Amino acid sequence: MHRRGVGAGAIAKKKLAEAKYKERGTVLAEDQLAQMSKQLDMFKTNLEEFASKHKQEIRKNPEFRVQFQDMCATIGVDPLASGKGFWSEMLGVGDFYYELGVQIIEVCLALKHRNGGLITLEELHQQVLKGRGKFAQDVSQDDLIRAIKKLKALGTGFGIIPVGGTYLIQSVPAELNMDHTVVLQLAENGYVTVSEIKACLKWETERARQVLEHLLKEGLAWLDLQAPGEAHYWLPALFTDLYSQEITAEEARETLP
Amino acid sequence: MAIPLSQIVFIEEQAAGIGKSAKIVVHLHTAPPNKEPGPFQSSKNSYIKLSFKEHGQIEFYRRLSEEMTQRRWENVPVSQSLQTNRGPQPGRIRAVGIVGIERKLEEKRKETDKNISEAFEDLSKLMIKAKEMVELSKSIANKIKDKQGDITEDETIRFKSYLLSMGIANPVTRETYGSGTQYHMQLARQLAGILQVPLEERGGIMSLTEVYCLVNRARGMELLSPEDLVNACKMLEALKLPLRLRVFDSGVMVIELQSHKEEEMVASALETVSEKGSLTSEEFAKLVGMSVLLAKERLLLAEKMGHLCRDDSVEGLRFYPNLFMTQS
Repeated sequence: MHRRGVGAGAIAKKKLAEAKYKERGTVLAEDQLAQMSKQLDMFKTNLEEFASKHKQEIRKNPEFRVQFQDMCATIGVDPLASGKGFWSEMLGVGDFYYELGVQIIEVCLALKHRNGGLITLEELHQQVLKGRGKFAQDVSQDDLIRAIKKLKALGTGFGIIPVGGTYLIQSVPAELNMDHTVVLQLAENGYVTVSEIKACLKWETERARQVLEHLLKEGLAWLDLQAPGEAHYWLPALFTDLYSQEITAEEARETLP
Repeated sequence: MAIPLSQIVFIEEQAAGIGKSAKIVVHLHTAPPNKEPGPFQSSKNSYIKLSFKEHGQIEFYRRLSEEMTQRRWENVPVSQSLQTNRGPQPGRIRAVGIVGIERKLEEKRKETDKNISEAFEDLSKLMIKAKEMVELSKSIANKIKDKQGDITEDETIRFKSYLLSMGIANPVTRETYGSGTQYHMQLARQLAGILQVPLEERGGIMSLTEVYCLVNRARGMELLSPEDLVNACKMLEALKLPLRLRVFDSGVMVIELQSHKEEEMVASALETVSEKGSLTSEEFAKLVGMSVLLAKERLLLAEKMGHLCRDDSVEGLRFYPNLFMTQS
């Protein structure tokens, strides 16, 4: 008796079954895609209507922006993902945040030689506002944080480090692990010492020293051997006196090769 | 130093001018006899001016106007408030024009509040519809997963562009939003055109942050998101364009001209370092005229290739020619 199941006939049968299945499957996806396309058009119209009434509100009102962003996040939508997205095109939110991104990059570059690439959110806010000029739209700290989160995609080490109720913004790809961050959080008066670290964090001397050495190497801390008692490690990022200083023309020039 | 709000008769804005900062002029009642001592015993003016050198004037004026309209410090029951409108009372002289102004402010405040709550309502309704889109996209994505790649390329491209429009992450591949769409291909071609000359001017290599700033500053509007830029750059090589995206070990991303050979630049970097004995990234950057970021990457690459050695101390990271290699 011939064995069937392996042979030209069986293969052909199998192919026919697959083709039928594929067809049905394709129809299913096609249906849904068509449905999505239709709904997308409707949504676009709704968004246009919303924009015509409330676009100004978003531009002018930082609190409303926060509400808007939070709601988007809750439903799983990122209005800032692409400049080509509906949100960006129709509400203009994209341009606002992407331009802010450029301004943040420029400020961080200009001040990097002073603070090693670490800056408080407050100082960043002040400097960005200064750069934007008197007639520009107001910008909140929340806006800055959102713009920075987007900048992370560019791969050059933008980081947001929570410290004592506010944030430090890192703009260079320096490796900062939890040990480093925790020590940064201790430096409330602008500096930190080995004893302070040992007392507050209960670490061994060696661990404290390693962290401080790393911060020195990365240019984020300055060593003060003339301080009373023991060596002080200062963090220029936290020097409040520097806030009010203008970025000099020299410094601005230095940011460009 | 404080002045009770009840002392304020009227406020007005003075716009900024050349050499003048924006100001708010606050007209005050005469000081009550039991006033606390202040910086001055007396003044010939019945107003003070608040000067806003940088920003904040708009917001401050808005809030102060609100407070002036609400007059929370009065907190008088309705019957008594009628009295205050009747005529001058000691310490409460109200100029006639002010009532009209205050009414306008009140209307404006109500209008703003109404706008915000209307906007909020509309926003909530919009979000409900957006959520439906998200659900639909998940359902489609599940179908795609089930079919294990039996979906056509055309359908994939369409789906990705829908996701891009809505700002929904691609649920199938979890890759960055809508990468590989028509939009990004177009963008990649545009970038190749825009960046050719700037790259040549900068020695053939630029960091992605530099590119982001350059491109967006040139566009002025309809700016690119960081993700748009990255997704477009990822397509450069596939489209056989004369630039490419490169990611260093550190995670730093750069755009290079295809003709740029970083490994060859390393050879000249070695020469430079040897001439000077040793160099830090900052010193090298200054000598060669590059950004510190890219200078560091080049030195690190040279080290990886065995041409340089590092001396990592608290004084910084310094590179020396690798004599172990050359003098064996």
